[in-house]
Amino acid sequence: MRYLTDRKRAVGKGSAHAGAEHHWFMIVSSVALAFMLPTWLIVFGRALGSGYDAALATMSRPFPAILTALVLIVGMVHFQKGARTMIEDYTGGTTRKLLIMAFAGFAYLMIACGIFALVKIAL
Amino acid sequence: MAEAKRIERPLSPFMFVQYYRLQLTAVTSVMIRITGNALMVATLLVVWWLLALAAGPEAFETAEWWITSWVGNLVMFGSLWAVWYHYLGGLRHLIFDAGKGLEIETAEKLGWACVYGSVVLTILTVIIYWI
Repeated sequence: MRYLTDRKRAVGKGSAHAGAEHHWFMIVSSVALAFMLPTWLIVFGRALGSGYDAALATMSRPFPAILTALVLIVGMVHFQKGARTMIEDYTGGTTRKLLIMAFAGFAYLMIACGIFALVKIAL
Repeated sequence: MAEAKRIERPLSPFMFVQYYRLQLTAVTSVMIRITGNALMVATLLVVWWLLALAAGPEAFETAEWWITSWVGNLVMFGSLWAVWYHYLGGLRHLIFDAGKGLEIETAEKLGWACVYGSVVLTILTVIIYWI
């Protein structure tokens, strides 16, 4: 007889093997994005299509640059974890592992490229 | 004490159509997943735009031509709606997570709020762009 409770044997056996921290992260990041996105949508939407000089002037100012960086970082980590839930719902085995890696790669590539561009514009 | 049983654990099944009648709360929920993941395309375009802006006028010209072409506009304005839908859907999740709004009538009202609200917010945002 093994001294394990039903609960202990169930922990980690869901399709994702973990969950509470992941769920809490999604809540925290969604609240952060809820505060940032409306302003960012207006800042970016106005810069888009305004021509090279105007766009450069906007994106080299501290507020638009920092806000864009924050939206990109928080947004992409939120996206990666959300996409991971989707992958874990519909796929298994090697496919699941490769897809999780690919989506994480995409998210961090977007963050790195975006930050590089913002730093180059600002300096 | 319960005995351990080794069983093959199933994936969560794809519930729609086969097992589950489509209803407003389910459709508005899966739309959050679809819009969230579809925003990959807009992210790629925004980061391309930023890299092009950093690279100089010529690269910027090319990027902006594509992003503000009719296909680009379709993607960007579609993504604007997707952002607002995902935004309202996320707020609905926060309400559900707090244990509120789970009565069927309220849940369905919140679903329609996402659908109509996202369209209204998209139009409002476009108006702000024009002013």
